[in-house]
Amino acid sequence: MSETAAGPREIPDRLSSPIQRLTGSWETLLLAVAIAVFFVNTMASPYFLDPWNLSDATFNFTEKAMIGFAMALLIISGEIDLSVASIIALASTAMGFAVQLGFDTSALVATGLLVGLVCGAFNGALVTGLGLPSIVVTIGTMSLFRGISYIVLGDQAYTGYPSSFAYFGQGYVWWVFSFELALFAALAVIFAVLLHKTNFGRAVYAIGNNPTGALFSGIRVGRVKFILFLLTGLMSGIAAICLTSRLGSTRPSIAFGWELEVVTMVVLGGINILGGSGTIPGVVLAAIVMGMVTFGFGLLNVPGIVMSIFIGALLIAVIALPRIWRRISKGTRA
Amino acid sequence: MIQNAVKSREAILALAILAMTGLIATRFPGFIRPANLANVFNDTAPLIILALGQMVVILTRCIDLSVAANLALTGMIVATINTVAPDIPIGLIIAIAISLGALLGAFNGILVWKLDIPPIVVTLGTMTIYRGIIFLVSEGQWINAHEMSEPFKHFPRATIAGLPVLSWIAILCITLFAVIVARTPLGRAFFAVGGNPNAAVYTGIDVGFTRFMAYVFAGALSGLTGYLWVARYAVAYVDIAGGFELEVVAACVIGGVSIAGGIGSVAGAVLGALFLGVVKNALPVINISPFWQLAISGSAIIIAIAFNARAQRQKGRVILKTAEHAT
Repeated sequence: MSETAAGPREIPDRLSSPIQRLTGSWETLLLAVAIAVFFVNTMASPYFLDPWNLSDATFNFTEKAMIGFAMALLIISGEIDLSVASIIALASTAMGFAVQLGFDTSALVATGLLVGLVCGAFNGALVTGLGLPSIVVTIGTMSLFRGISYIVLGDQAYTGYPSSFAYFGQGYVWWVFSFELALFAALAVIFAVLLHKTNFGRAVYAIGNNPTGALFSGIRVGRVKFILFLLTGLMSGIAAICLTSRLGSTRPSIAFGWELEVVTMVVLGGINILGGSGTIPGVVLAAIVMGMVTFGFGLLNVPGIVMSIFIGALLIAVIALPRIWRRISKGTRA
Repeated sequence: MIQNAVKSREAILALAILAMTGLIATRFPGFIRPANLANVFNDTAPLIILALGQMVVILTRCIDLSVAANLALTGMIVATINTVAPDIPIGLIIAIAISLGALLGAFNGILVWKLDIPPIVVTLGTMTIYRGIIFLVSEGQWINAHEMSEPFKHFPRATIAGLPVLSWIAILCITLFAVIVARTPLGRAFFAVGGNPNAAVYTGIDVGFTRFMAYVFAGALSGLTGYLWVARYAVAYVDIAGGFELEVVAACVIGGVSIAGGIGSVAGAVLGALFLGVVKNALPVINISPFWQLAISGSAIIIAIAFNARAQRQKGRVILKTAEHAT
């Protein structure tokens, strides 16, 4: 729920040294976890350290992580979008419909991106224009967008995508590096620069920490939030293109439940669910950890639903542990 | 002022349901036969029961997305108990279902109360964990009708005075919650905590504990519904009631329960559930594909919150500083 953290913030007398900050940071911990997962997987299965297997494993997280980057910015600004998976369904359905009309590959891509943008604009207009809470709005649009896919498709499926369209989900840029992996890396850099090196990024943090304060310091809060919803819609459209191209077919149940996995990934990446803090490198590392864990479990024949227990527990533990830790360390100091 | 708005909103919703039923009746008079209306009510009973629990949780500014998973897990466990020991009386089965559900709800509540984790994160997490546990309990197997004992399956369908027991249980829950919410200190605390947590602390209400109790209530009702669901449909498997948590939230939102907390009523939640129930049962009658249902409930949620937001525009002035114990 979008509760603003109203409690008094503690401001230290002096900042800790850069080395202390680096070793104590969430990202360093994640990197350690990623390395550990990598080693455990290598020990557990002889098939893990194969370049092509590893390349296949990246498909576990690339599409979700693309949405995760935009979601990270949205959550930092104090909003959330639970409709992302439904936007994928709607964009994919629109592309399938466009195929029936005889669109070529570039027009298909444009269709996917456009549907993503329109859905994002719809969410953004409801949240910033009417001032509605984003969590309920996007629970509503989550049903609405996927509902439209169900109306169009029912129990049918769209197939017959042109062969050149397959490149986005199945093509390789060089050796084992897939187009999706390259796109993931490029988007990671773009979003990292956007969040950490531009005025826009600073505005996002400012809004998440104190929307009223941000407004009074001249930030157009509504406009920034609207752009973030647009961006999330656009990234969902891009993910829809990759996923549809990879699967080669569209059903209304496509990407079902992904909103949960994307939010889990973002929170695991150290983005504060109440807004105001977090980094893109954290999200990248969280994506890799989740992808590697899923792949490792898969190699060990662990059923998918058991993995979801692990992911659910991870989500709670990731937020609970720092709180317990803070309580213990506070207790010893007092 | 606000009281009036709430009252009129429920009146509007009731009128909308009546108008919709009337409109269908002009084309298909069979729809408003008492037997059919009783059927619609019975079909909506699980949604009504869950909406009551969700309402108190939302009143305290929280949300519970794990109700459907809780329902499915409790249903699977009581069904398993029934196959192992068919002689256990129904009363005991129901008691087990309610306490098990309450326990799962309490787990959510503890995390929200003691660790201050945002409710949406807690219940998103427990939603997947509870679903996963069903798989571990059942090993992915279904429990089918022939494995359940006759009294176990028969109970919710037995009719008393013309209505099935399932409907009577829903009516009992509605009455019980109407009393709890309006006539007990805890019921008033739900409103106080949601309306203004800081003020609630100053009036001596334990905010965390009140939220915890709301989760226990929601959990207990999910557990009860778990047994009723499994017994009524005579089947238990991992995915029963999948996605139902959103329908429950939708029922509350349509019924005028404010997601920002502190505003809502038992009548609203029940009417919201009935609205969705009537839509769901009317679609096949008026020959519209059931695939429309998801989009219709999505639109209903969006329209309902847009309405609710108008009513909440006038806010009070903050006269108390943030209390330390409130979040």
